[in-house]
Amino acid sequence: MTRVLPKLGWFVVAAVGAVAFGVVGLSRGETISALWLVTAAVCTFLIAFRFYGLYIAEKVLGTDAGRATPAVRLNDGLDYVPTNKYVLFGHHFAAIAGAGPLVGPVLAAQMGYLPGTLWILAGVVFAGGVQDFVVLLLSTRRDGRSVGDMIRSEIGPLAGAVASIGLLLIMIILLAVLAMVVVKALAASPWGTFTVAATIPTALIMGVYVRFVRPGKVAEMSAIGVVLLAAALFYGQIVSESPTMAPLFTLDGVSLAYMLIIYGFVASVLPVWLLLAPRDYLSTFLKVGTILALAIGILLVQPQLKMPALTKFIDGTGPVFAGGLFPFLFITIACGAVSGFHALIASGTTPKMLENETQARFIGYGGMLMEAGVAVMAMIAASVLEPGVYFAMNSPAGVIGGDAVQAAQTVSGWGFVVTPDTLTQIAHDIGESSILSRTGGAPTLAVGMASIFQGFLGGPESMALWYHFAILFEALFILTTVDAGTRVAGFMIQDLVGMAVPSFRQTRSWVNNVIGSAVAAAAWGYFLVVGVTDPLGGIYTLWPLFGIANQMLAGVALVLCSVILFKMKRQRYAWVTLLPTVWLLVCTVTAGFQKVFDARPAIGFLAQSRKFAAALADGKVLGPAKSLDQMAQVVFNAKVDLVMTSLFLVVVISMIVFGVLAVRKALASPNVTTHEVIGLADEGQAHARPA
Amino acid sequence: MPARLKTLLTRLRQAANLMVGLPDYRTYVQHRQTHHPGEPIMTYAAFFRNRQAARYGGDNARISRCC
Repeated sequence: MTRVLPKLGWFVVAAVGAVAFGVVGLSRGETISALWLVTAAVCTFLIAFRFYGLYIAEKVLGTDAGRATPAVRLNDGLDYVPTNKYVLFGHHFAAIAGAGPLVGPVLAAQMGYLPGTLWILAGVVFAGGVQDFVVLLLSTRRDGRSVGDMIRSEIGPLAGAVASIGLLLIMIILLAVLAMVVVKALAASPWGTFTVAATIPTALIMGVYVRFVRPGKVAEMSAIGVVLLAAALFYGQIVSESPTMAPLFTLDGVSLAYMLIIYGFVASVLPVWLLLAPRDYLSTFLKVGTILALAIGILLVQPQLKMPALTKFIDGTGPVFAGGLFPFLFITIACGAVSGFHALIASGTTPKMLENETQARFIGYGGMLMEAGVAVMAMIAASVLEPGVYFAMNSPAGVIGGDAVQAAQTVSGWGFVVTPDTLTQIAHDIGESSILSRTGGAPTLAVGMASIFQGFLGGPESMALWYHFAILFEALFILTTVDAGTRVAGFMIQDLVGMAVPSFRQTRSWVNNVIGSAVAAAAWGYFLVVGVTDPLGGIYTLWPLFGIANQMLAGVALVLCSVILFKMKRQRYAWVTLLPTVWLLVCTVTAGFQKVFDARPAIGFLAQSRKFAAALADGKVLGPAKSLDQMAQVVFNAKVDLVMTSLFLVVVISMIVFGVLAVRKALASPNVTTHEVIGLADEGQAHARPA
Repeated sequence: MPARLKTLLTRLRQAANLMVGLPDYRTYVQHRQTHHPGEPIMTYAAFFRNRQAARYGGDNARISRCC
């Protein structure tokens, strides 16, 4: 009986999931409740965790409860500490959850909620979860070494060098894209700009408090921070309505971009305790709290999805991002389905705190399933908006024009009927001057979240407050990524340059740090400014580039996992990592080649630069550019993007070659050729012997 | 307070701290007392600073958060 019941239970989960998928997939023309999407997702997660996750743990990796983890063997009470699995899950989840899973699905909603949701679910089960889990365990078996280290030692030093250059390029694009999301959300929004600006003095106060006034009292400091943030949020409304103060905080995209670049540089070279760390605390707690609140909100309010399951834009003509369903949907939703950055987290601090190998499934695979849940919530938040409103918010100004009448006309012409009054009314409800072309995902998500939150707390009058709360929540943790990322990118530059000039590698040298951070901030700042001034709208061009980069990184991490499985002589299970590797490489390489060579100027950078260059030579101006200067700018931007995409392609193709060579070598050897640290639980502390 | 509730609250506190990179101080002190008796133990304030520097420090700079 005790054996039958659990099996019966799994049968019920599968049946409920199948019904939910039926409703989600087959409904046409009528709106469905978001709960169906939630049910389908939760059933998928449960079954994937119980069956596929367990298969990977027991068969593929052979996790062993008797094998001591680095946390046990090297326990120092600081870096290496055996940690309760729920506590460690919180640490890991807080590190992997960011803006990516929130923005990607919002952009992908232009094709309808169905394609994006299916990719999130399939992607997390077979690619994202697998990557995070396998990397976590491989790193745990190597004393918590990083992915870069493992590539160097398992594939080769040249592969390691190529991977670290690729990583730096990805960091730069990532920081530029995330900063642009903030710029797009704050441009011409005095309320939002004031609230986000207020987080800087708030962080300074918190930093001084927790270092000097009450050392280490994180809870007290966070409480102070939350109170100050709430005050800034309320006062922001007064600022936005004040004729004297509102103009001070009404900034255009370019000024905001330069401010962000300066901020990113300054924050990354100041002592970390002053600005960077307190900001990190604040944004982490706000992020986790808001995600929980959004989950509760969706369950309580049970909103209807107004976006159709599929829109006509699956053909690749959509205004939000260019390119067809394959490969660009799989590029647009990176985080949430599979994110290469997670490989860095899973080989960072988490493996040093894992109490037992058998918990890696819960932390690695389970953590990623939870992140996919966040992505599904973002998809829901974007789909509860009227489709006409969604497209008015997410299409570049060059496409829909600058005023409500023209925008409503254009969007209605696509078949998403919306009136100019609706567009101005929503702008008024959320306390903004306009909602047109607020691309980047954050404002759309904020409107969706605000409409869910006001449904159970505050009512319609609270829309504006919730909207700006959601903007604050997104901007805060994006800015934390921007300042911490600038710092890390600076270290990476020091490391790379250090290969030629060893003295530059000294990370304790303040001058070197300043130079490294300045170069990093200038690099991502360049792409940010270019994106903000781009007549085509930066998100339209840059987000696919970021997606390609992130998926490429995941491909590199999965190549490493596959190589190691071959070296472990477990090649009969290697399909588990080879399957997502091949899929990601096919997607990124196809997308990369289309971005470079496609004959349609909307997609291919080469065709775009030629088309605009030819028109420029004839002295003609092509839309959306408005002047010859802008024409020249489009040509130049297309060339720069072309170079970046080509570099990504070179990195990914050379990693494939390195991977194939390493696999062949592993197959040729009759022995296990990988280097694991084998710790035996009963041999006491700090005992290790090589395999 | 029932023991279970107390454990839950402890775990929540530990999780919140570890989310921002601060491991459990009591565990650290116990570790030092058991495995390194007689050797110095950092005060809580020193421990906090040490962990903060390690999270963002330059020597083993790593990406502590994702996009």
